[in-house]
Amino acid sequence: MPERRLQAENLHLWRGDRHVLRGVKFCVNSGECLQITGGNGAGKTSLLRTLSGLMYPEEGTISWCGDNIRRDLAAFHADLAYIGHEPPLKPDLTAQENLRYWEGVRRKFATHEMNNELGRLGADQWANRPVRTLSAGQKRRVALAGLLLMAAPLWLLDEPTTNLDAAGQRLVGTLIEEHLGRGGLVVAAIHHELTVSAAAIRRLELSSK
Amino acid sequence: MNTSVLEASSTGTSALEAARLMLARDIRLALRKRGQLVQPLAFFAIVTTLFPLGISPELSRLRDVAPGVLWVAALLSSLLALEFLFRDDAQDGTLEQHVLSGQSLTWLLFAKTVAHWLLTGLPLAVMAPLAALSLGVPAAALSGIVVSVAIGSVALSLIGSIGAALTLGVKRSGALLSLLTLPLSMPVLIFGARATDLAIKGAGFAPPLYLLGALAVLGITLAPLAAAAAVRISLE
Repeated sequence: MPERRLQAENLHLWRGDRHVLRGVKFCVNSGECLQITGGNGAGKTSLLRTLSGLMYPEEGTISWCGDNIRRDLAAFHADLAYIGHEPPLKPDLTAQENLRYWEGVRRKFATHEMNNELGRLGADQWANRPVRTLSAGQKRRVALAGLLLMAAPLWLLDEPTTNLDAAGQRLVGTLIEEHLGRGGLVVAAIHHELTVSAAAIRRLELSSK
Repeated sequence: MNTSVLEASSTGTSALEAARLMLARDIRLALRKRGQLVQPLAFFAIVTTLFPLGISPELSRLRDVAPGVLWVAALLSSLLALEFLFRDDAQDGTLEQHVLSGQSLTWLLFAKTVAHWLLTGLPLAVMAPLAALSLGVPAAALSGIVVSVAIGSVALSLIGSIGAALTLGVKRSGALLSLLTLPLSMPVLIFGARATDLAIKGAGFAPPLYLLGALAVLGITLAPLAAAAAVRISLE
């Protein structure tokens, strides 16, 4: 896998009169995970949305493999998997249907590949049930199966362990570790300690003043 | 997932295939939420049925007002369904995923608008003859009415998609959506009602129909681009 790098330089973001991001800068390379921490309202979600290209910072640049992401946003998005607070699932579709449409828009994959990922997350037992009948933790597992199916080198994860039980939280750590092992990059807003080797993990603390 | 899969992320689905998937998904979703699907049609039926009660049961009088009644009812019914065009996707986070999919958002939103037309505009066109008959319109005019409503509703869906995208970030956006969309829909209303009027009188209704077609083509060309830009702004 080619060496990849996500770099943020001097990011400033305002939401109304609130200065959310104040000169944020970091660099994450292949095989590294940046753990973003900070209190409620510190700007973790805003930073992830800015990194994904959903929000425009007032100042500063984000580059992916040396190029400003704004130069070719579609190409950057093809390399990116972003999972926000809420699992992006349609309540009236089954887990399988959700993944088929959500992931199918990005890339072609075989049904057995989807079933493998659902099985990996322990979501295969309820894969044919409408998502509205699933618990929050079950929905999270389906969304994580979608994350694996995206096959993207860069993961942006906003509280990926929310609503998961202890086994699920450990599994997220394992998935991140495996992704880093394959040369992937992870930027995650996550509160608890990850089961990822200390050498691969870096921390960015956002203050909420 | 292995390394080769990770590296294959750039060889993705084509824009056309992605649009087809979006179309299929929206139709499947609509069929599972039949209440939402029936709402505009029921509204159209009720509005066109109320007019004879409010004006007069005299068919000659109803025939005179039929073009206006049919088109205003079609316009308002189409508006009723527009509120849901992007809102559900925005609320559950799937719209965000479309923006981040690496696919052309313009194509994806165009597919969503096509689904909206198939689920509201086309059924309205199919239902229009029944409403027209209740307003005393001669049977010979029905084909003209179906064609004009079908073409006009394409333009209405596309114009509405811009309004729906612009009002995404606004809570209780119904009133604002109407204020944005109705003025832009006036040409469709004028040419649609004119085509219907000419069809009722047995005259040639091709000229206003061509103008409706031109509006639909203009909408197909520009509306998805505008809606995509508006969605990006609304999601920020």
